[in-house]
Amino acid sequence: MKSSVIVFPGSNCDRDIAVALEKMQFKNTMVWHKETKLPKSDLIVIPGGFSYGDYLRSGAIAGKSLIINEVIKAANSGCLILGICNGFQILTETGLLKGTLLRNKNLKFINKDVHIKVINNNSKFSKKYNENQILKINIAHNEGNYFTDPEHLIKLQDENLIVFKYCDEDGNINEKSNPNGSINNIAGILNSKKNILGMMPHPERMVDEIISNKDGVNLFSSLLN
Amino acid sequence: MKLILEKLFQSNSKKNKLKFSIIVTLKKDVLDPQGKVVQNTLVNLGMDDLKSIRQGKHFEIDLNESDEDIAIKKIDEMCKKLLVNLIIEDYKINKIK
Repeated sequence: MKSSVIVFPGSNCDRDIAVALEKMQFKNTMVWHKETKLPKSDLIVIPGGFSYGDYLRSGAIAGKSLIINEVIKAANSGCLILGICNGFQILTETGLLKGTLLRNKNLKFINKDVHIKVINNNSKFSKKYNENQILKINIAHNEGNYFTDPEHLIKLQDENLIVFKYCDEDGNINEKSNPNGSINNIAGILNSKKNILGMMPHPERMVDEIISNKDGVNLFSSLLN
Repeated sequence: MKLILEKLFQSNSKKNKLKFSIIVTLKKDVLDPQGKVVQNTLVNLGMDDLKSIRQGKHFEIDLNESDEDIAIKKIDEMCKKLLVNLIIEDYKINKIK
């Protein structure tokens, strides 16, 4: 399984995701944003960070970079795309995922381990998890407050495109267990074709028992099969 | 002489650039937490008459274009392609000069 990680000025989770991918036996290549060709990839990851210092809007400038044209082409031909944190923001700015990520409701940068529930385990990104499984995964963002129009929200629910929702440790999904004000506690969504996942939590930070936990491992092992 | 006049005319028409301002604001239904905090702070400062505040962005753009209709089309394209996130933001284009 071949993967590519796109690197922008200001990306800071690119090496973390590369370590996680290599640990899971992906053959990974780092791709600088000025490249105009992508190596042959089964999976493209847009990592977390602060591409272009979050100028204009988070992900707005990276969403118009040279390599993004290739990412869009690959996405349209069915390649798997994973956007984590700033990567999710970039995917919404490109239009590959609908909706947008607003500033956290409490106006604070939030960096903590939160619980998320696997709502849809019938996707290429989540099939190794159990339905309703509760994961403990780190979030670290200032703009993670997912927002979309009512029609799209209905579509997300009807087509089972919501993969993860914020919950508490017992799995309760409510306002109290919503760290950033995200609509319906949404933490990660798919596109209609289900080959693109955008999520705010960082699964690449949860692949080693010594430094955190291994709750992120099954996301990568889902992709391997 | 004619040549000099022509050149002078050309350089004058080049100087005839248009300048626009763009105001970008969050749509009415989108929560504006920054605006809310600014509002609360002003109320705390005794500005009791304050009804509401929405925070936005302001761009000033000089264009090498003297035709106003073409210029506005170009500015509108800039807004749609990059400056504005149409899902959550509205924008207004104003001519400055």
